[in-house]
Amino acid sequence: MKITFKLFASLAQYLPREAVRNIVELEIAPETTVHELIDRHGVPRRDAHLVLINGLYVEPEDRDRPIFKPGDALAIWPPVAGG
Amino acid sequence: MAWQRKILRVNLTAGTCTPEPLNMDWALKYIGQRGLASKYLAAEVDPKVDALSPDNKLIMATGPLTGTMAATGGRYSVITKSPLTGAIACSNSGGFIGAEMKAAGWDMIIFEGKSPKPVYLYLENDEAQLLPADGLWGKSVWETDEILHATHQDPLLRIACVGRSAETGCLYAGVVNDLHRAAGRSGVGTVMASKHLKAVAIRGTLGVGNVRDKRAFMDATTAGKKTLKDNAVTGVGLPTMGTQVLMNVINEVGAMPTRNMREVQFEGASKISAEAMLEPRESDGKPNLVTNGACFGCTIACGRISTIDPQHYTIANKNKYKGASGGLEYEAAWALGCDTGVDDLDALTYANFLCNEDGFDPISFGSTVAAAMELFDIGAITTEHTGGVELRFGSAEALTWAAEVVATGTGFGKDLGLGSKRLCAKYGHPDLSMTVKGQEFPAYDPRGIQGMGLTYATSNRGACHLRSYTVSSEIMGVPVKTDPLTTEGKPELVKAFQDATAAVDSTGLCVFTTFAWTLADIAPQVDAACEGGWTPETMLEVGERIWNLERQFNLDAGLTAADDTLPKRLLKDAAKTGPAKGQVNRLHEMLPQYYAIRGWTEDGRPTDETLSRLGV
Repeated sequence: MKITFKLFASLAQYLPREAVRNIVELEIAPETTVHELIDRHGVPRRDAHLVLINGLYVEPEDRDRPIFKPGDALAIWPPVAGG
Repeated sequence: MAWQRKILRVNLTAGTCTPEPLNMDWALKYIGQRGLASKYLAAEVDPKVDALSPDNKLIMATGPLTGTMAATGGRYSVITKSPLTGAIACSNSGGFIGAEMKAAGWDMIIFEGKSPKPVYLYLENDEAQLLPADGLWGKSVWETDEILHATHQDPLLRIACVGRSAETGCLYAGVVNDLHRAAGRSGVGTVMASKHLKAVAIRGTLGVGNVRDKRAFMDATTAGKKTLKDNAVTGVGLPTMGTQVLMNVINEVGAMPTRNMREVQFEGASKISAEAMLEPRESDGKPNLVTNGACFGCTIACGRISTIDPQHYTIANKNKYKGASGGLEYEAAWALGCDTGVDDLDALTYANFLCNEDGFDPISFGSTVAAAMELFDIGAITTEHTGGVELRFGSAEALTWAAEVVATGTGFGKDLGLGSKRLCAKYGHPDLSMTVKGQEFPAYDPRGIQGMGLTYATSNRGACHLRSYTVSSEIMGVPVKTDPLTTEGKPELVKAFQDATAAVDSTGLCVFTTFAWTLADIAPQVDAACEGGWTPETMLEVGERIWNLERQFNLDAGLTAADDTLPKRLLKDAAKTGPAKGQVNRLHEMLPQYYAIRGWTEDGRPTDETLSRLGV
């Protein structure tokens, strides 16, 4: 299935070359987990702090389970803050 | 002790500058800066006073750690009654002037009365003079800064001043220091200009060396700096990306107020984000961001220094804007961009430069332009009002024109300078104003971050994110992750953030340290510097005392529980997209519980028992 994969801030360096504005489309197997995608792109797990699917926070314990649905958008940030 | 124990009282009516001792009993109960100056204001000013009358006072206040070696110890605040909200105002700024005031030997300057003619205060250590500012009136912040440095032949002079927007009555004008740092919110600059006070120029060479326990202070501040350095946010994230890193985050979670808060996600967010500021542009191959910048004593350095594309329409024939200057922070980028629907990074940067150059709050300005654009959209404002300008959502030209006319207070700029509340009332649609207590919203839609709804509704200075930044917990997971879409636990969270922030705002430190520090990191620094036996618990108690003092001031000014609310749009119109789709802010689920845990009555008044317990 297809999903959208987004890496921001210092994680942008791990995006595939074809990414545009921090976003790339991926074809993944249904059983793929968040951690598998993170590992596949070389993102250090400790830096994957804020993990969202369709804008909703993914708890750390859910990152090893197959939770993707077709068309999902996975977005990941390192620890960030502002104001 | 790190207080200088000295106040300068400036009577602008009489033209006198008089030193007096700091009230140390109050310092031990309110620490300094926001807390202590609010105590002075509440004691000396009738809360019902017209904010722009000579009877209002304006206080510039440092904290005990301002000017010390503590990391970020360069903050000062401007405290007064706000002309925008009618509530107490405390606007906080970094840069260098706070530390300079402290190094000149002063904890606080209290301005009272009104000068018959424009003046500025020149302060060099013990020497204080009110000098004529006739030649400065009508000048921008940047011109004033240049003239004063030349006049006094001192490049190390630190200057805070108001621009033309304040002089012409813009109700959200700030006090700008060091060219592009600002006590920006609530119209504190408007009050300063109403007193015919153009600028404060300070040179301090006395230093701040009188800390209580030098060894303990060295140990505590060193430990604090290491914590900031080792933390991923304060050590890497903020210096690299600045606060603008939030642009994509908040858009992704569906809490991005867009087009006067009609929507909660902006399709152009990625074009005006921190990531976009790093992209080389076509014209000269350079990115918007030149470098980061730090305030006095800061080891974080979140500030943005930017340039505008030299070929951009805004600066084609304006050389003075072609150099690097203060760039976009997240709040400014949101207000100037998402809320107006403009995704032109260079137009936003230009508007931001103008906000600095003439001293007006980009949050309130952007939100007011957004309201005007919606009024234009429904036909309540027309080109007859604007002098021919099509004030449409998404128009970069309309945005930059609006910044130019607000900067100088000309034409329709007078109306835009009223702020969103008064503008929407004037044109017959008060419900379109996205404000609380008359102050415009910052960059988080409370339909997507429930705790921020309670934060805005109860903020003592009107809609503001810096009174309790629950975004930290609800989105970023600091100190613990909470669900942004539930109201459960939010009253307790908001109160905890409000009290802790009030304490931090009273020390001279930057609130951004709290992404890495807790009060357990801050209290040892305050305790080593000051008498008083400071612990996290006593600091929280001070924070709660300050919150109740501010609340009491507002109640005495005539505000009531009815003012603790949100615009109907946020309570009735559900979010259309994103994780919060279908949701409104459920303030009614949080507010009664908040009053209860504050020790307030059902109509939001602190009980006698609460005031007595806190010694307010």
